[in-house]
Amino acid sequence: MNSISASPLLQFSSISKQFGGLSALSDVSLHIRRGEIYGLIGPNGAGKTTLFNVITGLYQASAGEFQFNGKNYQSCKPHVLARAGIARTFQNIRLFANLSALENVMIGRHVRTKTGVIGALLRNRAARHEERAIAERARELLDYVGITKPHQTLARHLSYGEQRRLEIARALATDPLLLALDEPAAGMNATETESLKTLLQTIRASGITVLLIEHDVKLIMVLCDRVAVLDYGKKIAEGIPDEVRRKPAVIAAYLGGSDD
Amino acid sequence: MTINQKSKPLLAVLAIVLLLLPFFIDALLGRGWVRIADFAMLYIMLALGLNIVVGYAGLLDLGYIAFFAVGAYCYALTGSPHLASAFPLLFPHGIHLSFWVVLPLAALLAGGFGVLLGAPTLRLRGDYLAIVTLGFGEIIRIFLNNLNAPLNLTNGPQGISRIDPVNVAGAPLNATQQILGVTLPSVHLYFYLFLAFTALVVFTSRRLEKSRIGRAWMAIREDEIAASAMGINTRNLKLLAFAMGAMFGGVSGALFAGFQGFVSPESFSLMESVMVLCMVVLGGMGNIAGVILGSVLLALLPEVLRHGVVPLQQALFGKMIIDPESLRMLLFGGALVVMMLYRPAGLLPSRVRRRELDTDEVAETV
Ligand SMILES: Nc1ncnc2c1ncn2[C@@H]1O[C@H](COP(=O)(O)OP(=O)(O)O)[C@@H](O)[C@H]1O
Ligand SMILES: [Mg+2]
Repeated sequence: MNSISASPLLQFSSISKQFGGLSALSDVSLHIRRGEIYGLIGPNGAGKTTLFNVITGLYQASAGEFQFNGKNYQSCKPHVLARAGIARTFQNIRLFANLSALENVMIGRHVRTKTGVIGALLRNRAARHEERAIAERARELLDYVGITKPHQTLARHLSYGEQRRLEIARALATDPLLLALDEPAAGMNATETESLKTLLQTIRASGITVLLIEHDVKLIMVLCDRVAVLDYGKKIAEGIPDEVRRKPAVIAAYLGGSDD
Repeated sequence: MTINQKSKPLLAVLAIVLLLLPFFIDALLGRGWVRIADFAMLYIMLALGLNIVVGYAGLLDLGYIAFFAVGAYCYALTGSPHLASAFPLLFPHGIHLSFWVVLPLAALLAGGFGVLLGAPTLRLRGDYLAIVTLGFGEIIRIFLNNLNAPLNLTNGPQGISRIDPVNVAGAPLNATQQILGVTLPSVHLYFYLFLAFTALVVFTSRRLEKSRIGRAWMAIREDEIAASAMGINTRNLKLLAFAMGAMFGGVSGALFAGFQGFVSPESFSLMESVMVLCMVVLGGMGNIAGVILGSVLLALLPEVLRHGVVPLQQALFGKMIIDPESLRMLLFGGALVVMMLYRPAGLLPSRVRRRELDTDEVAETV
């Protein structure tokens, strides 16, 4: 193993994020190893989504730095991080609502393909070939995440569970090293959650590292190799799920968090 | 490849009809209407250019006519005696570059202006973008109006005249030509020239729409944040949309200058930008056929009124009660209100828009 593949995939060093007077993240350090499913839990407003926004370049950290795949990504644009191999889904689903399911996933291929204006106009052999490959991969991914509706269905006409899975397919289309999922099971019923669990295990088995924000404690317990707990922007615990669950600080945070 | 076997004969019929169209129009309505058809095609090209910016990338541009102006003045200055007055020593007879040399330059220059407008507005959307682009359009027009002193570059409000006609294979299009025994008056010749360019613009739009680039534009229109998180460089693609749209505008501007032989700043007022935007919206944003329909309707409306309403009023009342220009605005306003009520997605909505508006169901949840 060379030094890059032995190092953690994502290394967070003392990251802070301030919104005016509010510390959404304060001095958070953590690392995610290659091939694991890493859980991120904590009460509402703890800063989990903010952490996602920092690693995907939507927010710039106020202090600290993070390394991904051995490189520093300080104040990078979202598309740079997507190219580097971080893909995400959103807590409030953000699909391209008026495009078809297939087009949504095809757009995910954008970052790994290169046909420009000239290629689009001439539609030469390379462009046609690439276009076919994009559509083919998109169809594969729709099947992979289990969307059985016609691929021409507009994203907004899919059921809630399907929309969540379409977001995962779109993220996978970018060939990520790290797939970051923000509450993928929110609003799903028991069967949908069960099939999501299977899907995430398949994804991990395919070699993609998963970072998972989830409120469903049961799901976290069965899926995650390690979890970190955030509370008021601070990391209050980290470790294997069974240990973390028993820590008094975690119990206090959840009890404190549940009465609002 | 893109045209399937079934639509091939249809396309052939359409081509034949379009090729014979100037003769029909000439015979049935008179030569003036062929000229009107020529103008309608200029509008189609403009509207399809704006459709890239507004319809695909979702960027509201209210100053679009500025690119038309850039293209028009580009050819007006380099294809007329005008510059002789500003630089008598350098160009004693003005510059008389061939239209075919100027055309790509006009497209590039307009595209450059598109980037110039796009760059400072990258963070703006919706209303704010509309206001800035509106300002940009006005700035260009005001420059054209005032760049006649101290050095007479644009000849100010008088505009530039005696612009060289477009030459095709050595034959100037502003004179009647005999081709294979068929007599083609100037308006017919320009009709075919514009038809060829319109076909090119339609082709370009189609190819872009159904490509990786087109999809990226639509992703930005749908959700810019999600688009960037999926790896789309939103800055570059927005600039590209502005540049492509502006190039279409520049090309039609140069054609306009060659056709008219005269340009002046008054052709590039805010009202024209609004008109082109209305063509895009009326027909159906993002849908090429819809945009063409919208352009034809709105380009013909004032002419129909002018040629129909005045004689009608004369016959009915013996005098003119409402002048066609006011009536045009009245009808136009009324039509837009009716449209917004009954067909908010346009006459021929794109698949996307139609679905978007036909249901109240909200896909996004918190
Ligand atoms: N763009 C923003 N501007 C101001 N405050 C924000 C912004 N984004 C998040 N916050 C605040 O940061 C805190 C953490 O939010 P968030 O990361 O969404 O929490 P979680 O996802 O853990 O529920 C909250 O108090 C939230 O109000
Ligand atoms: Mg959240």
